[in-house]
Amino acid sequence: MTEHSVHRRAFLAAAAGAGAGLVTPARAQTTPAAKPDPLITLVQPWNQQLGDGVVTAPYGVPSKFEKNVVRRDVEWLTVRKESSVSFTPLHELDGVITPNGLCFERHHGGVAEIEPSKHRLMIHGLVDTPLVFTMDELKRMPGRVNRAYFLECAANSGMEWKGAQLNGCQFTHGMVHNVWYVGLPLKALFDRAGVKPAGKWVLAEGADAAGMTRSIPMEKALNDCMIAWNMNGEALRPENGYPLRLVVPGWEGNMWIKWLRRLEIGDKPWEQREETSKYTDLMANGKARHFTWVMDAKSIVTNPSPQAPLRQKGPQVLSGLAWSGRGSVKRVDVSFDGGRNWVAARIDGPVMPLSFVRFYVDFDWDGRELLIQSRAMDDTGYVQPTKDELRAVRGVNSIYHNNGIQTWLVRGDGETENVEVS
Amino acid sequence: MSKFRKLALGGALLAFAAGAALAQQAAPARPAPLGRVALPEEIAAWDIAIRPDGKNLPPGKGSVKQGEKLYGEQCAICHGEFGEGAGNFPVLVGGEGSLTGPAPTKSIGSYWPYASTSFDYIRRAMPFGNAQSLTPDETYAIVAFLLNQNNLVGDDFVLSKESFASVQLPNRDGFYEDDRETAEKHFWREPCMKDCAKEPAKVTSRARSLDVTPDSKDGPKVE
Ligand code: HEC
Repeated sequence: MTEHSVHRRAFLAAAAGAGAGLVTPARAQTTPAAKPDPLITLVQPWNQQLGDGVVTAPYGVPSKFEKNVVRRDVEWLTVRKESSVSFTPLHELDGVITPNGLCFERHHGGVAEIEPSKHRLMIHGLVDTPLVFTMDELKRMPGRVNRAYFLECAANSGMEWKGAQLNGCQFTHGMVHNVWYVGLPLKALFDRAGVKPAGKWVLAEGADAAGMTRSIPMEKALNDCMIAWNMNGEALRPENGYPLRLVVPGWEGNMWIKWLRRLEIGDKPWEQREETSKYTDLMANGKARHFTWVMDAKSIVTNPSPQAPLRQKGPQVLSGLAWSGRGSVKRVDVSFDGGRNWVAARIDGPVMPLSFVRFYVDFDWDGRELLIQSRAMDDTGYVQPTKDELRAVRGVNSIYHNNGIQTWLVRGDGETENVEVS
Repeated sequence: MSKFRKLALGGALLAFAAGAALAQQAAPARPAPLGRVALPEEIAAWDIAIRPDGKNLPPGKGSVKQGEKLYGEQCAICHGEFGEGAGNFPVLVGGEGSLTGPAPTKSIGSYWPYASTSFDYIRRAMPFGNAQSLTPDETYAIVAFLLNQNNLVGDDFVLSKESFASVQLPNRDGFYEDDRETAEKHFWREPCMKDCAKEPAKVTSRARSLDVTPDSKDGPKVE
């Protein structure tokens, strides 16, 4: 194992560049090229010949030059593609909305293909009137809502408990996305069925071949849960639960039942496989935490990162994402020296509860090694811990809820690696 | 647009708004009906969730012996002849005492808190690719066999709606409710901004040394 250290002076140079533009001159000193650029002096084909007409792609797709921007999986992680995961290429994205085709996938029985006219949603159990709805009926129901939320798999970063393992934020942090949903509050449905006073729990069930189920406390269901049929302005994608999914804001992604077909009201939780065998957090003493629903505050520097190294010295835009399942992100700090000194990052764009925020730090890079970290703080005062601080409480076998601070080592040649630091 | 038409339009809009307001005022306490009442047969067809207290267990029974045969035919190819897991498919048996070790095995015997979960899950999701094909009797038998393989019931055991309550899994008390807000209270704090450690940061672990990242040869190259 090689040892690296970044001297404070190197950090200070970076941090100064990152500061409030103190050292940035009013106008940068630029120099002319040695010879004229043919891309400017010669007429290019796209400048001369007609391009494709309208509706060449009735449903538009990204430029062919963006073919590298795709979901990826890790073959050795799971036995079958139908019970597996693919990761969002966070390092290729900016802003706060994840494009539908790049939202990570996690299925336990493959993607159910359901014709919407054949889909039904049933509400039963401890209710006055058990009800069945068609998709058409749900879409006519008063009280429609339009909200943005992050969805993070509880196992995101789960491969990193025993040390740095995967090289790229797509793989270490790519089981998260942030999407605008349109649908109905669960409360609107429950009011119609009339929940009995003893009804304290909701079982949500999917129509897929895994019959995915989770128990959700009534308080949460009534507070902000919704059923959604629309993501980022269009119908849900099949892999995200078309035609109907559950939205459980701020809580682990496994609870956001896709292909939602059944909501049962009961007086106790059902202790399903996904809340006993899985999604329980095994501590070092052999006991396991149960019902660890909330996703704690977390952040990740998406650029630079191992799949998006620095290419040149000079001005750089460090960029990243932060989120919290407990509320709104209040602040994000960035360190260039492995957590010894920090600067507040600039958050741009909307700051909404339970939704991504995008942060930036503009800095000048002189080719020195950097140990880059980011640290999110939410409006409850929770500060994202280091991985070692998490291990001190939980050990290394808990798989889920790893929200520890990530470190990227940027080498002199710009190559960037997933590391951990003392 | 003539002055008259503008006026007429304005009037119409006003009238519409007034109508909408009226409709809102007159709206009954109960919303207009939408959807329909679910029939008992429909609820029975979909409601297959089983609780730890045995609520909703179907009538029926199955023996360890019957289960051994069914398991061999429908499950062993993935989960191994004795539930030990073939290839990387989940292990269903064994692992007692492994939960504090470096590689915990979370089987029905070593980790699962409730027997009801195995009945529920196997009926709803297994065999993988042919879910909800097992009858209640077949499911009772397969669960009986898996309990037997985990040394929790004898070779002659017959599992049924009635005998279910007699089965207690060893790790029943191995779980406690989320305590992050107390056990991790120290993460609610004022973050350090300057000179947060005496020594400079040293790299202690590297992804490169493991090299398990999927190949992305088409990824960006450093220039
Ligand atoms: C084709 C392979 C295959 C067959 C056949 C199969 N399973 Fe599975 N089984 C799986 C996979 C894959 C999973 C994990 C599914 C997931 O990721 O959610 C699984 C999960 C399970 C689990 C949960 C394991 C855990 O630790 O949470 C149980 C219990 C189980 N199977 C029992 C059975 C039984 C009983 C049968 C026979 C009736 C059976 N399986 C047949 C592939 C198979």
